Amino acid sequence: MNTVEEYAIDLSGVTKRFGEVVANDHVDLKLKKGEILSILGENGSGKTTLMNMLSGIYFPDEGTIKINGKEVVIHSPKDAFELGIGMIHQHFKLVNVLTAAENIILGLAGSGRLNMEEVRGKILELTGKYGFELDPDQKIYSMSVSQKQTVEIVKVLYRGADIFILDEPTAVLTPQETDRLFEVLRNMQKAGKSIIIITHKLNEVLAISDRVSVLRKGKYIGTVDTKDATVESLTEMMVGEKVSLDIKRSEPKDPHLRIKMQHVSVRNKEGVVKLNDVSFEAFSGEILGIAGIAGSGQKELVEAIAGLQTLENGDIFYEPPEGKEENLSGKTPDEIRRLDIRLAFVPEDRLGMGLVGSMDLTDNMMLRSYKNGGRFFADRKTPKALAEDVVRKLDVVTPGVGTPVRRLSGGNVQKVLVGREIASSPTVLMVAYPVRGLDINSSYTIYNLLNEQKEEGVAVICVGEDLDVLIDLCDRILVLSGGKLTGIVDARNVTKEEIGMLMIGGKG
Amino acid sequence: MTKRGSISRARAWGIRVAAVILSLIVCAIVIVVITKQNPIQVYAGIIDGAVGTKRRLWVTIRETIFLLIVAIGLTPAFKMKFWNIGAEGQILMGGAVSAALMIYLGKTLPNSVLLILIFVLSALAGMIWGLIPAYFKATYNTNETLFTLMLNYVAMQIVTFCIVYWENPPGSNTVGVINASNQGGWIPPLFGTYGMCVILVTAVTVFIAIYMKSSKQGYEIAVVGESQNTARYAGINVKKVIIRTMMLSGAICGFAGALIVSGSSHTISTGTAGGRGFTAIIVAWMSQFNPVIMVVVSLFLAFMQQGAIQIASQFGLNENASDIITGIILFFLIGCEFFVNYKVELIGKHKEA
Repeated sequence: MNTVEEYAIDLSGVTKRFGEVVANDHVDLKLKKGEILSILGENGSGKTTLMNMLSGIYFPDEGTIKINGKEVVIHSPKDAFELGIGMIHQHFKLVNVLTAAENIILGLAGSGRLNMEEVRGKILELTGKYGFELDPDQKIYSMSVSQKQTVEIVKVLYRGADIFILDEPTAVLTPQETDRLFEVLRNMQKAGKSIIIITHKLNEVLAISDRVSVLRKGKYIGTVDTKDATVESLTEMMVGEKVSLDIKRSEPKDPHLRIKMQHVSVRNKEGVVKLNDVSFEAFSGEILGIAGIAGSGQKELVEAIAGLQTLENGDIFYEPPEGKEENLSGKTPDEIRRLDIRLAFVPEDRLGMGLVGSMDLTDNMMLRSYKNGGRFFADRKTPKALAEDVVRKLDVVTPGVGTPVRRLSGGNVQKVLVGREIASSPTVLMVAYPVRGLDINSSYTIYNLLNEQKEEGVAVICVGEDLDVLIDLCDRILVLSGGKLTGIVDARNVTKEEIGMLMIGGKG
Repeated sequence: MTKRGSISRARAWGIRVAAVILSLIVCAIVIVVITKQNPIQVYAGIIDGAVGTKRRLWVTIRETIFLLIVAIGLTPAFKMKFWNIGAEGQILMGGAVSAALMIYLGKTLPNSVLLILIFVLSALAGMIWGLIPAYFKATYNTNETLFTLMLNYVAMQIVTFCIVYWENPPGSNTVGVINASNQGGWIPPLFGTYGMCVILVTAVTVFIAIYMKSSKQGYEIAVVGESQNTARYAGINVKKVIIRTMMLSGAICGFAGALIVSGSSHTISTGTAGGRGFTAIIVAWMSQFNPVIMVVVSLFLAFMQQGAIQIASQFGLNENASDIITGIILFFLIGCEFFVNYKVELIGKHKEA
């Protein structure tokens, strides 16, 4: 009896299918009381599906769920709450115009008059106990991402949950904020709370958790004590084979100026300044990394060069290998193309901007080339040959070039997109979050492709979110904070903490 | 309830056929309960009404092609995710221009010249009626659904005004048959009453099928429809494509108006479009913008409509009975798309599994 009681959550044989896809295949998972368990797995390995079944969003097809030793049926998020399970989603669900305290009590049943003083007192008690920094009266819209996350966590605590599930909590945080979050989580653990963290950042797994459970392709692979694990051993469990995690970085050869941005400012549709007086240069034969907290202007920076943003101020010059320099500011993508400037751009939103999900590989290759050739009819032969070429060279797994790209997996979608962009033999290659959502093997394929382009003398600009990777891959790293350029550092002599300071606007 | 990952074509069509059969059964029940008639006889009446005589057959063909050409006209706009529900107004404008030309030039110009003029100018009228909402959509991002819908009423009022102006005979509040004496501006019969119209509609259908599938502009329309961001990324001028496509869509609907006026009714009234602008939306969607399937769907709807008119008189049911039957069948057909895309599971079932 006691042995069973020891587990806060005990899943056995849990299976969830979506059509023919088995998202979770007989998963057994145990969360001990008062421990921090990491669930590790690549994208598509079924981590989020599994957690959604615990929080009542999905209902399992098979298997049993025991909470604190008792078998339960979780039909809805409300059931999950009553069992003391609280989930902190990757995308926050907060009302912007309300204060932290108002958001925290939102949706709670109360009796009679609402006593805001009492609520505030209870919140302050919680924040004091666990070491949060939170002002209950601050409005959500004026908060940073990490503060919003704090509100989400306190919200769950306030409701008296004792099992916490955090879905990729560190994805949007700077290194310093991550440390602070971990501090809080440890305090919660000391107070007897049980915590599950979903993540794919191995270093963080090693830093925070007591045990690690690994999922691969919907199957439960195993659980190890964190103290016995290494980055290599966990990767092997995740991928199922040994993977070399080294990125070769060569010295830039014969660098020439390609892109010169001068005092560029950009506002978004709502009139908010997204880029504020940014100036930098990018050279051929080097990889320039762009780092920053999500939404600091990275997207606008690369889109400005691609001709997709209206500049409020400033100029962007393109320096071709031969011939005279061109001012790209105010030019549309089509005008840039007609100047025969070979800018390749792999946007962040692959299926919403770089590709058309419902179209097949051939038609997606056409996006860049359909204007060539005759007046009325579109040429589909050349794109088809290109599609076949990309499939062969980059090992794209697809039933054929006639398959809609939406049906491909994330990694293959990205290979199609990068393949098309590289095929134009660009002089400047811009990639935004090139490995987001990709498995480890595909990620390294992309890193290698970027390195190849660099060695061929292309000026590569890479917006990234994993600082460890940026530091290993890039030659220089440009850091943005709230649309301002806070520094350009040499990637060979910089630490993650230094970049983290620049990301929050400090002097590095 | 979960979304299906994919479904085989055969299975999807199986579901649709099942929906048709189910709808016929439900119709039969409704007929029996309300009218105490034998449903088999009623269905025989439908068939008789649609293809029973040569004349009825031609009417069914006429209704089919009119529905088809409007659906074809809507296709480019809908493919671009521009919800043009203003086909009704575009048809009326085209029809009004045709009627005007017939009235004012029908006695002076040779018929061939007049017909060409009618086709060009009515298409132009429909084009303008399509251009207006497209311009505002492209420039100010107005809602095209409301805009095109409201323009229908504007067109209707213009036609009402024209009827007062062209009234013949005076006091009848209708325009009457225009040029009944010399048939000026009438589309001449070919192999039968509406042969010429069939050829014209077929030509437009083939053109649009090729345009959408193989042309550069068709490709641009598809990209803009899927994602304007992607379109901008690929260097497509989104504004231009929206305006150009709606001009094309409106022009075809305007041309449809000319066919209806000069090819069939030889008069103009607020009922000239006859709801085809709306029914064609159903045709376009049900056939998923595939022109070949569009022919089949148009034929089916026209068939049912004509058959229903027949049974209404044959069994002394009123006009609405036909609408009820068509309505029930459409309900099943549209509803079955839900089962093509989703499968329904009952949560209770999971526990035993």
